[in-house]
Amino acid sequence: MAHVDLTIVWASIVGFAVFAYVVMDGFDLGIGILFPIFSVGEERDQAMNSIAPVWDGNETWLVLGGGGLFAAFPLAYAIILPATYPLMIAMLLGLVFRGVAFEFRWRDPRHRPFWDIAFSLGSVTAAFAQGVTLGAILQGIEVRGDAYAGGWLDWLSPFSLLTGVAVVFGYALLGATWLIWKTELRCQQRARHLALPVGVATLIALAAVSAATPFLQYDYWHRWFALPGVLLTAQVPLLVAICAGTFFWSLRRGAERLPFFMALALFLLGFVGLGISMFPYVVPRAVTIWDAAAPPQSQSFMLVGSVIIIPIILAYTGWAYWVFRGKAGTEGYH
Amino acid sequence: MIANLDPVTLARAQFAFTISYHFIFPSFSIGLASYLMVLEGLWLKTGNGVYANLYRYWLKIFAVVFGMGVVSGVVMSYQFGTNWSAFSTKAGPIVGPLMAYEVLTAFFLEAGFLGVMLFGISRVGKGLHFFATCMVALGTLISATWIISVNSWMQTPAGYAINVKGQFVPAGSWLPIIFTASFPYRLVHTVIASYLTTAMAVGAVGAWHLLKDPANRGARKMFSMAMWMAAIVAPIQILAGDQHGLNTLEHQPAKVLAMEGDYEPSPDGAPLILFGLPSNDEGRVRYEVAVPHIGSLILKHDPHAPLPGLKDYPRDIWPPAPIIFWSFRIMVALGFAMLGLGLWSLLARVRGKLYDWRWLKRAAILMGPSGFVAVIAGWVTTEVGRQPFTIYGLLRTAQSHSPIGAPAVAVSLLAFVIVYFTAFGAGIFYLLRLMSKPPLAGEPEPQPIPQRAAGITPAASVAAHLPGEA
Repeated sequence: MAHVDLTIVWASIVGFAVFAYVVMDGFDLGIGILFPIFSVGEERDQAMNSIAPVWDGNETWLVLGGGGLFAAFPLAYAIILPATYPLMIAMLLGLVFRGVAFEFRWRDPRHRPFWDIAFSLGSVTAAFAQGVTLGAILQGIEVRGDAYAGGWLDWLSPFSLLTGVAVVFGYALLGATWLIWKTELRCQQRARHLALPVGVATLIALAAVSAATPFLQYDYWHRWFALPGVLLTAQVPLLVAICAGTFFWSLRRGAERLPFFMALALFLLGFVGLGISMFPYVVPRAVTIWDAAAPPQSQSFMLVGSVIIIPIILAYTGWAYWVFRGKAGTEGYH
Repeated sequence: MIANLDPVTLARAQFAFTISYHFIFPSFSIGLASYLMVLEGLWLKTGNGVYANLYRYWLKIFAVVFGMGVVSGVVMSYQFGTNWSAFSTKAGPIVGPLMAYEVLTAFFLEAGFLGVMLFGISRVGKGLHFFATCMVALGTLISATWIISVNSWMQTPAGYAINVKGQFVPAGSWLPIIFTASFPYRLVHTVIASYLTTAMAVGAVGAWHLLKDPANRGARKMFSMAMWMAAIVAPIQILAGDQHGLNTLEHQPAKVLAMEGDYEPSPDGAPLILFGLPSNDEGRVRYEVAVPHIGSLILKHDPHAPLPGLKDYPRDIWPPAPIIFWSFRIMVALGFAMLGLGLWSLLARVRGKLYDWRWLKRAAILMGPSGFVAVIAGWVTTEVGRQPFTIYGLLRTAQSHSPIGAPAVAVSLLAFVIVYFTAFGAGIFYLLRLMSKPPLAGEPEPQPIPQRAAGITPAASVAAHLPGEA
């Protein structure tokens, strides 16, 4: 224990923050993506109420993920953000609209249709931009002299568009399954009807991305299919198949919680797959986590605070979810 | 101007726009959070219902302001990477951890306890509710402390070493990095500015409703409290500003000389230039109207103390004097106007006419937005005054930006302008609408529906025991 690699520790913390953000804001954004399909009135109000108490806390993980990347891996932050510049701006602007719509649609019923559109468009934009960013990172970023060296549309490719669509479907799946769990009556029914096609679409997109990734670079191919590693990596698609099967089975049986947890499991497996593809690179084939790492003084300084505070935040967040464990009504939780 | 639109200028414009818009909200929410704490404390102490009503009245406004602060703040945490990646690479090991601490210690605290505040005192009990209010106020102050620490380090860097990659890294202890030479002055000046900004806004709302209904108890109380703040805090702020200026003269003399328009050295004491159009190209102030010796009296507290001029410093470290000369004057003029309003209100109070003098109320309404203008003018003064550096004396702005072409930055700037004016414009409209309603005797608690911009509400567990809600 005398020698702990702080960089690995920080890669885990940032990775955790990003994953926490993806699943937690994922279902928020997913509800925004599906929002136009829900009918005005009770259905929309229930859907909105099911995330209103938690979305702000969820989004703070985005700041923590970005801030953690900046603080612990400044070089990665400084390469990835310029490389995906238009995507980041689009994501932020989408989140602005999404964020203010929560308050405004309720405060200003006369313009509610406008804020509903803002909520939906903002959510779709943010989700798509996040997905394309993922694809842009996976397909590689041109780096020279510790800086981004490409153009401002390098991120645009069929592959990155595919990952963008995949994330939109994935978030929609999280959103739909969350609503199955947290709402009732017509809203829940609607979510149940949506979960099946969205789930199928997510799995197709996931399969397409997974199939395309190993062909991006020889290295990915090698990581996934060389012996003996393939014995381990083969577990990932196997588990995906199991989770997918369970998901459809639970949906058919009318289960309320299991679909959401199966959607979460699919995301977790996707995340593990990404880890297999990328580790130890943070910008594939250009910058490893050790290249990008801030000096140990910076990492250890932050670690002290993180070790104390992150568990408190997790406990607090868990408590908040526990408190709101019931079904969301149109007038709040009951 | 169009010819000057290189990517760096555009990136600076984008940062200036997004941070100025953002800054409006925290400068209001820092002050409001403390004001709410005082209101609730006074209510619990005195039992006087007018405080409870005012608390509920301003809480609704606080929730909207806070929500917009959160949303516009998320943008800021990514601006460093999108537009200032070279700065981020080099300064990340120092400023990154400070900002991470802001997220860890302040944001989650605020997001958590705001929920309890909004959930209402009748549902969670007085003790827990007041504690939550205090925690939110504390959170806003912690947040201010960290971000001012970051900014102060960029203004007066200390405690760093430069590693083989050319990055600024901690030389040893973090204390000299967090507590730099300008940090205490900047923190005090900024926090007081937030308080004054809030006092001006609260005073204007009070005055507005007093003009329409002089008997409204809530309006009288908020007006009186705001005028006390103006009378007491404005002079303190002027003193704090003076001390901050002396500190800046010591560490960033070129900034102060540009603020003063002092191009030529003044061996026998500098004048105070009241009006003029400074020109860095000509190296002089055109149409200058000046009072001799007062400049040195202010900056050195001695009319004959010599002061250097900008020409004593290399031309390539001059900040853009025309901008900060005027932003500084706007800030100072507004500061003295606040003092004037405070003194006027004291006079009215002594005569027993605080709620009667119509012109005092009209002046207070006029001064309502003055705090926001002064805060942004002050921010422009210190930030533009730091130019041409991002890290003063060490890293030039021209070497800090991202490798992004002008078209991309221009388009994104345009998008920010449109989205901000739509989204936050609507928000400001809703705020004004809330403020235009008079504070009522039976001001309702926030409704028990969880739709709002910010805050999680663990306090619902208490409500679960109430009949009909389980």
